Amino acid sequence: MEVFLQQLINGITLGSIYGLIAIGYTMVFGIIGMVNFAHGDVFMVAAFVALVAFLILTTWLGISSIAVALFIVLIVAMLFTSLVNWIIERLAYRPLRGSFRLAPLISAIGMSIFLSNFVQVSQGPRNKAIPPMVQGDFVLVTHNDYAVTLSFKQLIIWGVTAVLLVCFWYLVARTRLGRAQRACEQDQRMAALVGVNVDQTISLTFVIAAALAAVAGTMYLMYYGVVSFSDGFVPGVKAFTAAVLGGIGSLPGAVIGGLLIGLIETMWSAYFSIDYKDVAAFSVLAITLIFLPQGLFGRPDVEKV
Amino acid sequence: MTEGAANQRIDTVAALRDAAITTLLAFGLFLPLIGFHTVTNIRNELELDTRWPLLFSIVAVVGVARLAYSFLLAPWLERIKLRPMATTTPAWRATFGKWFVPFCIGFVIVYPAIIIAATGFGGALKWVDNFGIQILIYVMLGWGLNIVVGLAGLLDLGYVAFYAVGAYAYALLAKEFGFSFWILLPLAGVMSSFWGILLGFPVLRLRGDYLAIVTLAFGEIIRIVLVNWVDVTNGYAGISGIPRPSFFGIPFNANDDGFAATFGLEFSPIYRTIFLYYLILALALLTAFVTVRLRRLPVGRAWEALREDEIACRSLGINTTHTKLTAFGMGAMFAGFAGSFFAARQGFISPESFTFLESATILAIVVLGGMGSQIGVAIAAIAMIGGTEIMRELDFLKQIFGESFDPTQYRMLLFGFAMVIIMVLRPRGLISTRAPSVFLKEPKPVPVDLVKQGHG
Repeated sequence: MEVFLQQLINGITLGSIYGLIAIGYTMVFGIIGMVNFAHGDVFMVAAFVALVAFLILTTWLGISSIAVALFIVLIVAMLFTSLVNWIIERLAYRPLRGSFRLAPLISAIGMSIFLSNFVQVSQGPRNKAIPPMVQGDFVLVTHNDYAVTLSFKQLIIWGVTAVLLVCFWYLVARTRLGRAQRACEQDQRMAALVGVNVDQTISLTFVIAAALAAVAGTMYLMYYGVVSFSDGFVPGVKAFTAAVLGGIGSLPGAVIGGLLIGLIETMWSAYFSIDYKDVAAFSVLAITLIFLPQGLFGRPDVEKV
Repeated sequence: MTEGAANQRIDTVAALRDAAITTLLAFGLFLPLIGFHTVTNIRNELELDTRWPLLFSIVAVVGVARLAYSFLLAPWLERIKLRPMATTTPAWRATFGKWFVPFCIGFVIVYPAIIIAATGFGGALKWVDNFGIQILIYVMLGWGLNIVVGLAGLLDLGYVAFYAVGAYAYALLAKEFGFSFWILLPLAGVMSSFWGILLGFPVLRLRGDYLAIVTLAFGEIIRIVLVNWVDVTNGYAGISGIPRPSFFGIPFNANDDGFAATFGLEFSPIYRTIFLYYLILALALLTAFVTVRLRRLPVGRAWEALREDEIACRSLGINTTHTKLTAFGMGAMFAGFAGSFFAARQGFISPESFTFLESATILAIVVLGGMGSQIGVAIAAIAMIGGTEIMRELDFLKQIFGESFDPTQYRMLLFGFAMVIIMVLRPRGLISTRAPSVFLKEPKPVPVDLVKQGHG
């Protein structure tokens, strides 16, 4: 029971990170129908930007307040990552819009290879470890010498994710941009006819996706304290799994899918075999797509002749 | 006259503004990861280093490139666009098209002889092995995947799994039971094909990107199993000491019954390499030949029909289940052949050789070459694999950028970049026509825009 509770806490934390990345996949898929393969690597780039920003703040400027440092790191990472994704969209995906369906996918795979190798070349292939940013935890239950703990960093991840999701929900549901975005999702030509700037909306979608991935990247760095250039692929695929599980195109689906994938992964590691935890996530992906292709909250795909 | 000059000036202002914006964006883009460098110091702590000169030179190069684009490339592209399009293909083109394929096949057959003549026995080893064999493996894999993606229109991102099955099948059976290469080659093909059909079954209903992602998941699952099933596969450490193929029973070694001694030659490792070169060449040509012939059989026509329109296909009574599974099985079989050849050539295999990156590379070769075009796939394999291999040979760059400059580091970086650039410039691949599978009287090339990419 204690193990279960502890894994539940760990799973929700991991799931929040996956959920934030998954929103990026689901939004981009919803609006231009493309699997943004490079999104996992954008997340990894964000973690590296956060790492650099954190080092500047702590070792050069000597900021000792972790809360202030973390806040600034988060903002810096969001800004730079948004810029990166905006430029990627401009260069690699926009020229291919409306072209042959496989072209953006291949372009995105190329971009993914490019980004991870760019970080490898510019920052070196070794793991980058930083001293723990936040220490300490709450002990929730102690039973038979097994303490169930909720660490401060897990709490921060929960809090930041919740706040951002509320902001994000407000953005999509209540603002002009969100409306334009939903309009483009339904029918781009019609949206253009009623005065929505489709190109700009799509660009902003990529920017928002990157900003959320940047939050996930910063949280990842804070939680694990280590990042390497190859850390984009597996979280990326798992977040994509989460988006598919929740029903691709559905925003609440992405978050719930992320939490589910996080829980499945941690529970699998605790009760079965940690070596095969990735197999668990990938199997969920395959099983979902085969038996429930529209996911938990997605609209079924209608075949038209 | 004055109006022209005015236009020119406005262009200059616009170009300068564009260049300034580009420079600024490049600065923002490269500042965190090139301007700063995280290094681990002696106490194993991370420290920051700055690289301002590098950052500013890269940003300057980007800005100058943008200016060059506005002033040189863009007007040139405009002029090309204005030039009248040729309506008929010139005669030399037709002759070229007719003789190109025989010439290429002839060239690859005499390639080892040319290399030996040019560099001697010692130097030839590298060129035949790294360039010849390496590229031909990818040509063969590309042609194999071309059946699945290019002909049947089924997007497969886990193709390397079947390559791995072939390689492990050969390695394990040859080591444990001592079977020869020639028995295991077809056996590895059969096993891979079996796996292709097995993994094809559950994904029959999926289409497009979803199919790609599920096949990616299957590929990764197979790799993780190879990593973790240590009793059989030896995990990350891999399998070494895999028996090498012999020349129809005569081993390639320095013994008295070895190849060199039997034929009265001086011993040299180059004989084995040349033998392997012709082996993979034969296997690759077999793949191409089988594909060409299959396109004329009902099953090949069913694949292409499936790619063009699945619903129409079903309405006409084509069994789409069988059609898809034969495509998966056939594609996987060639991957199995290539895999067993790979294991035999390397003598060592580990899960590291079968990562997602390999699948992405093979798919990229197929799409970049132009799906369904066999010549295109071969050209893309030469360009992408040969291009990255040649990066190993650019030692003269060290004289320009200093001793610490290592061009091999940039191989995959440029590979990814090239994928994006080729897609942006030629989204339908390098070869823009397809050979028709059915024709009246004489075959006419089909423009690529008329070929569907498939929804499978």
